[in-house]
Amino acid sequence: MWAALEILTQANFWAATIRIATPLIFGVLGALLCERAGVLNLGIEGIFVAGAMSGWLAVYLGLPLWGGVLVAALVGALFGLIHGVLTVPLGLSQHVTGIGVTLLATSVAYFGYRVAFPNVATPPRIEPFSPLDLPMLRDLPFVGPILGQQTAFTVLAFASVAVLALVLACTPLGLAIRAVGDNPEAVEAQGLSVVGLRIGAVMAGSALMALGGAFLTLSAFNAFYFGMINGRGWVCIALTVFASWRPGKALVGALLFGALDAYQLRLQTITGGAVPSQIFLMLPYLFSIAALVLVARRADYPRALMKPYFKGQR
Amino acid sequence: MIAPTAPDQPDRTPHETRPLVLSLAGVTKRFGNLVANYAIDLDVRAGEIVALLGENGAGKTTLMSILFGHYVADEGTVHIADAAGRLAPLPGGSAEAALDAGIGMVHQHFTLAENLTGFENIVLGTVPLWRLGFGTAAARAKVARLMKESGLEADLDVPVGRLSVGEQQRIEILKALYRDVRVLILDEPTAVLTPQEADSLSATVKTLAGKGLAVIFISHKLHEVLALCERVVVLRGGAKVADRPAAGADRAMLAELMVGREIPARERTPSTLGAPVLRLVGVAVGAPGERDRLETADLELRGGEIIGIAGVSGNGQGSLAALVAGLKAARSGICEIAGYPATRTDPMTRIKAGVGRIPEDRHRDGTIGALSVAENHVLETVGSSENQRHGLLRRTAIRARAAQAIRDYDIRCPGPDAPIRALSGGNMQKVVLARVLERAPRLILAHQPTRGLDIGATTDVHRRLLAARGRGAGILLISEDLDELFALSDRIAVIHAGHLSPAMEVAGLDVRIVGLMMAGHTAEEDA
Repeated sequence: MWAALEILTQANFWAATIRIATPLIFGVLGALLCERAGVLNLGIEGIFVAGAMSGWLAVYLGLPLWGGVLVAALVGALFGLIHGVLTVPLGLSQHVTGIGVTLLATSVAYFGYRVAFPNVATPPRIEPFSPLDLPMLRDLPFVGPILGQQTAFTVLAFASVAVLALVLACTPLGLAIRAVGDNPEAVEAQGLSVVGLRIGAVMAGSALMALGGAFLTLSAFNAFYFGMINGRGWVCIALTVFASWRPGKALVGALLFGALDAYQLRLQTITGGAVPSQIFLMLPYLFSIAALVLVARRADYPRALMKPYFKGQR
Repeated sequence: MIAPTAPDQPDRTPHETRPLVLSLAGVTKRFGNLVANYAIDLDVRAGEIVALLGENGAGKTTLMSILFGHYVADEGTVHIADAAGRLAPLPGGSAEAALDAGIGMVHQHFTLAENLTGFENIVLGTVPLWRLGFGTAAARAKVARLMKESGLEADLDVPVGRLSVGEQQRIEILKALYRDVRVLILDEPTAVLTPQEADSLSATVKTLAGKGLAVIFISHKLHEVLALCERVVVLRGGAKVADRPAAGADRAMLAELMVGREIPARERTPSTLGAPVLRLVGVAVGAPGERDRLETADLELRGGEIIGIAGVSGNGQGSLAALVAGLKAARSGICEIAGYPATRTDPMTRIKAGVGRIPEDRHRDGTIGALSVAENHVLETVGSSENQRHGLLRRTAIRARAAQAIRDYDIRCPGPDAPIRALSGGNMQKVVLARVLERAPRLILAHQPTRGLDIGATTDVHRRLLAARGRGAGILLISEDLDELFALSDRIAVIHAGHLSPAMEVAGLDVRIVGLMMAGHTAEEDA
């Protein structure tokens, strides 16, 4: 029992929490940006895969690490453009299109990998982002070891939270995005382009999602594996509701999920096989479901979420 | 029929000296074979309040949508004055161009983002999207100045979803004024307001017109049009049939111009009261804090009378209607229908007990769009022996009775097998009426029975309800339209914030008192 609590005092646990949360932070930010503009983007799972693969491949082919990050973002934006064009001006079902984008992006990523490496058993490795070495933070008690294990990519995730929160709350662009997800007629009547805003938001959101994938191959690990995304995208969709479409709460949700995941991993080693490990693996997902049950009933969905808008039709 | 004023001989009035701000010439718009607007000419001068009248489908909305850039006219030209007063052609098909040219429109269904504050809605789209801020201080000052000049008061700093309908409308008007419009189009602006709010809107419109704003006022409330506007333009079947000063016009004449034929007067004969068909004692419906809940209602409705429920929608009418229809149960209190206690949620028992329901939203709750006219006609009685035998539908009989209803109720449709969604709102409502009235119900729940219908269809619904009253049915008429309530009801009760007032005899009842009560004042303090 004492050992179970002692986990919470380990710097290692908190460092893992942040590491596990980082891709989710990108994912939830991306999903909430799309949904704030009124578009559900279920392409997220596939966009994670495509971001992970393309960022890693770009670095493997010789680009610098930040070049890989940029490539991943561009690939994400491209899939966002596909999803946006199909769902916004053409008004197709956002569920069906999103699942389609996930299948497409996943398959393209796997296919690209096989084309690039036809005869490789273990994927080639790259040199990933190295932990930050900040002199003034290194020596802090407790916090130092936690932050010392993080990379610049994680800093980018936290910075994205602040930037997105600021853009949504304080800028004309953020105002227009919030409005277009609530009442596209209002946006149209004020002379702005509903289609442009929505496609732009979906592209930017998808780029963020792809960064979540790229974090896994460029920072958390050093290679691309099949199945490495493993449902992280779907978790982000759930966390978006938990976060009530607010960047700050998205950060909290992602960290909470990361903490649970990191905790159950350590709990497994303590119990030493007395309890089947699958039970522990379920914990974070059970938490997601429980949180949704509690939060989603009161959730204040963007009113125009999943409602296609056609100009001149009311 | 009254001969329309020839548009090419405008009246010589002193207003002619005012500069022209908007000029439409020969505007025609077709949708396939349908001519929505035909060769419409319309001139509007600065400071002028012009009423645009017409039935549903007369082309008002199409014409205004062309002005506001939702549609492009097939023929004809639209000219609008620039800031210096020179007329320039308006590029079609762009709301942005219309806004830039100084045309503002307040739609009947507000175009507000409810998650944004009033201020955010006003400045939305007025600053290029790449800017980092709004220049908030200057924008605030401008809004404050506009509020002072126009007398439009509204809370700018809460999400507009939490504001009253009247406040939301004031935000909408401020939104247009903020963009320095020279022409303001108001589409059915008073449809959702209490009489007091409507009066204050009229005062605002007059103030704004006094400052040189041209106002196009779309309405079907003729007394408002006559009180507020100086010129009346009537559209019928897509063409302009009258363009004349409001002075000297009267309601009957305008109504006939709109409809193109004489309107039969509603006949309200005294009727004998029967047994109570609905009795509510201290009834509450819906959990505390729930929207549109009913807190207290005491009411006795007897056969042969119509009780009107006045109130701005969302004040408990929904719960009251759901209670009577059996879709919700009372949380406390006694509810008796036709002498029997109605305690459970059970619409079928209500139907069998003789409750006829005309729902508020005929598209959502009244009909099933994909089903045929005949199928919709038997929706509530499909289990009865005349409609089914051994679990199989008696299609021939159902179709024959639908054909009969189509003749009796003059339902314009291709036939009993046509899907009901292909029908116009008025004809759809006639199917609902036929379904309800055919069973000779003892209690009729008529919830907004004429919302969205034109004068012809409205008159028909009113006539049928009065006939049902004459037959001895008790009718609970829930409406936001005070004209309708006063024309049909024997007694009127007002609902506000879930509280239902005692029902008051209509004879001698002042519409202003009802209006004040709709806004939350009690009858005593205003008497």
